[in-house]
Amino acid sequence: MDLLNALVALTNFVIVPATAYGAQLALGALGVTLTVAVLRFTNVAHGDTMAFGTMVTILATWGLQSIGITGGPVPTALIALPAGIAATAALLLATDRLVYRFYRQQRASSAILLIVSIGVMFVMNGLVRFIIGVDDQRFDDGARFLVSARDFKAWSGLDEGLAIKTSQGITVLTAAVVMAALFWFLNRTRTGKSMRAFADNRDLALLSGIDPERVVAITWILVAALATIAGTLYGLDKSFKPFTYFQLLLPIFAAAIVGGLGSPVGAIVGGFIVAFSEVGLTYAWKKVFSYLLPMGLAPDGLAQLLGTEYKNAVSFLILVLVLLIKPTGLFKGTST
Amino acid sequence: MTLRTIFLFLLVALLIVLTGVLQSWNTALYILNMGLVSAIMALGLNTQWGFAGLFNVGIMGFVALGGLAAVLVSEPPVQEAWAAGGTRLIFALLVGIGAIAAVVAIRKRLHAGWLRAATTAVLAIAGFALYRTLFDPARDAVEAVNPASTGFLGGLGLPVLLAWPVGGLLAAGAAWVIGKTALGLRSDYLAVATLGISEIIISILKNEDWLARGVKNVVGIPRPVPYEIDLQQDPGFVEAASGLGLDPVTASTLYVKLLYTGLFATVLVVLVVLTQLALNAPWGRMMRAIRDNEVAAAAMGKDVTRRHLQVFILGSAICGIAGAMMTTLDSQLTPGTYQPLRFTFLIWVMVIVGGSGNTLGGVLGGFLIFFLWVEVEPLGQMLLNVVTMPLPDGALKTHLLDSAAHMRLLTMGVVLLLVLRFSPRGLLPER
Repeated sequence: MDLLNALVALTNFVIVPATAYGAQLALGALGVTLTVAVLRFTNVAHGDTMAFGTMVTILATWGLQSIGITGGPVPTALIALPAGIAATAALLLATDRLVYRFYRQQRASSAILLIVSIGVMFVMNGLVRFIIGVDDQRFDDGARFLVSARDFKAWSGLDEGLAIKTSQGITVLTAAVVMAALFWFLNRTRTGKSMRAFADNRDLALLSGIDPERVVAITWILVAALATIAGTLYGLDKSFKPFTYFQLLLPIFAAAIVGGLGSPVGAIVGGFIVAFSEVGLTYAWKKVFSYLLPMGLAPDGLAQLLGTEYKNAVSFLILVLVLLIKPTGLFKGTST
Repeated sequence: MTLRTIFLFLLVALLIVLTGVLQSWNTALYILNMGLVSAIMALGLNTQWGFAGLFNVGIMGFVALGGLAAVLVSEPPVQEAWAAGGTRLIFALLVGIGAIAAVVAIRKRLHAGWLRAATTAVLAIAGFALYRTLFDPARDAVEAVNPASTGFLGGLGLPVLLAWPVGGLLAAGAAWVIGKTALGLRSDYLAVATLGISEIIISILKNEDWLARGVKNVVGIPRPVPYEIDLQQDPGFVEAASGLGLDPVTASTLYVKLLYTGLFATVLVVLVVLTQLALNAPWGRMMRAIRDNEVAAAAMGKDVTRRHLQVFILGSAICGIAGAMMTTLDSQLTPGTYQPLRFTFLIWVMVIVGGSGNTLGGVLGGFLIFFLWVEVEPLGQMLLNVVTMPLPDGALKTHLLDSAAHMRLLTMGVVLLLVLRFSPRGLLPER
């Protein structure tokens, strides 16, 4: 019985939240890794792209709610998601046309593009703050829980409850669908294959008649979709605050680098590694231990390795370990 | 010193004087002082990016370490806190450092394999557990001492000017750790690593109350210049002020700011001269050679990674000095105000706009962009007032007027993008 209680507590406080968070990070890291692979630069503006997409989704959600359309048990934001993706794709394509294309044609180095993305970040950040402000916004509606702690206790007869929020369930489901679709697109369609060819060897791809502008445009659209979905899911799960989205940049980059920059599978694995380490290291294990260990041996303190305020330190530690031990990441990204 | 340089610096001077005439001399001197600090930060980044091509997006962290130095050097020590657990706390920290050193030493002795992995894991976990058992009670004891006004260990009670070089040293130490890990790999790894360390430094400052009171802030850090209130009560000063036709209150604030200007300008001039000397020496030629072609420089026998580490540490130290100066100017350390857009990416805008690779260019960018940063807000307010004039009163108008404060980020982004596009080498290009 104690073993079961410990397992349920572990699931409730570590596995479920970390899986949802990991899925959000993985989607974010996929966007970063696509930019690195195809467009060949580290996009500092990615966090703000996520914030922009989420903002449009929130505005569309409010619009839908005001005319009486809701998603019933599922959050209305899911219905509003296409609007967010479309607006973000339009913004990114416009940015590419106005800003990035010039440097691409000049074959500017990735360092210059990184600096350019700093400028883009300022503009996007300003736009988001200008339109929706800097405050916290909550926009989840519909049913709050898939499984509530009380129902679970009544059903199982255990002391520990298991709660799964609707937003967590939806996150994992959506992320799985999006990832499957992305891999199908990259591996099975002609356009996806041309993207991978372009990422592998740009000159050879040009020789084979691949239209670079088309590949770039499709990449931006994919990045917009991934960023908006990641941002919206994160916002549903926690809340939307522009500055938090900027801070997501660090775990997202850590995830992409752990997996290997440029490798989509790596980005997903990296996202989950970062999320599980973050939640695991900042969780107070006292409860789990007190079920598992015999009476008297249970820890006095919280058995918490790091305070939750240091969760960004976890991404950094993982990053440092990877840089020291295996700079190419787990899935053979590029390291030089 | 070309004509263009002189003209652009005169233009900045004119802008500041105009602020003085049109707005107030206090604002003008504020822009001048913070412009000097910004110029030093820009100089630090210019050393890294302009002269060596290194990506530092963690300037905020190094600046904050400088600020911490101001607290640690100049605040008087809190005797009760030291008595309550200060020594135990320092001992715990030493144990922590010792554990890390032991892990590193063991890893060097043993060959790779399961034995090394196991020893590392056991040592690391045991070391961490020991550290926490020693550290936690000591920290709680220190933080329990009069938390409303102290609750931290305090500093050394030394003159605050000493904090400036100490700030540089602290920043250099952090830079050494980062540089050792991330240099020699792909260039954007350094960017992500610096981004990480800066966020962590801010987290530490916000949460470790025993160190610098966390978000409770340290206020009233001792100053290197006299206090306004003392000046206002000094008959000699009041007489001199009235001789200039100023009331004592305004005169005292201006006088204090001018003293800071003198101190800051001295530091800036010394640093600029040192940088120029270094750049014109063989060392500077070597750095440029490495930046322009790493492979060729390595083939000539230059240790590229080592040089990169050196210049990365130097640049970060300069940012640390600037951070200590800024905290001295504010007389307070407020960890909550360190924002990456303001303290990291704005410095990037300064260097790129001013001219990367040109010492005076970075300095110019520091002044110019800080001027814009301050002045865009009132200008944006005016602009929005005009734009929203025809709109009816309502939610939209209020929202637009309230959002004027966010205009500055937009403006900075647009300025950076325009300069990168149409004058990629900046206002004062490298020769």
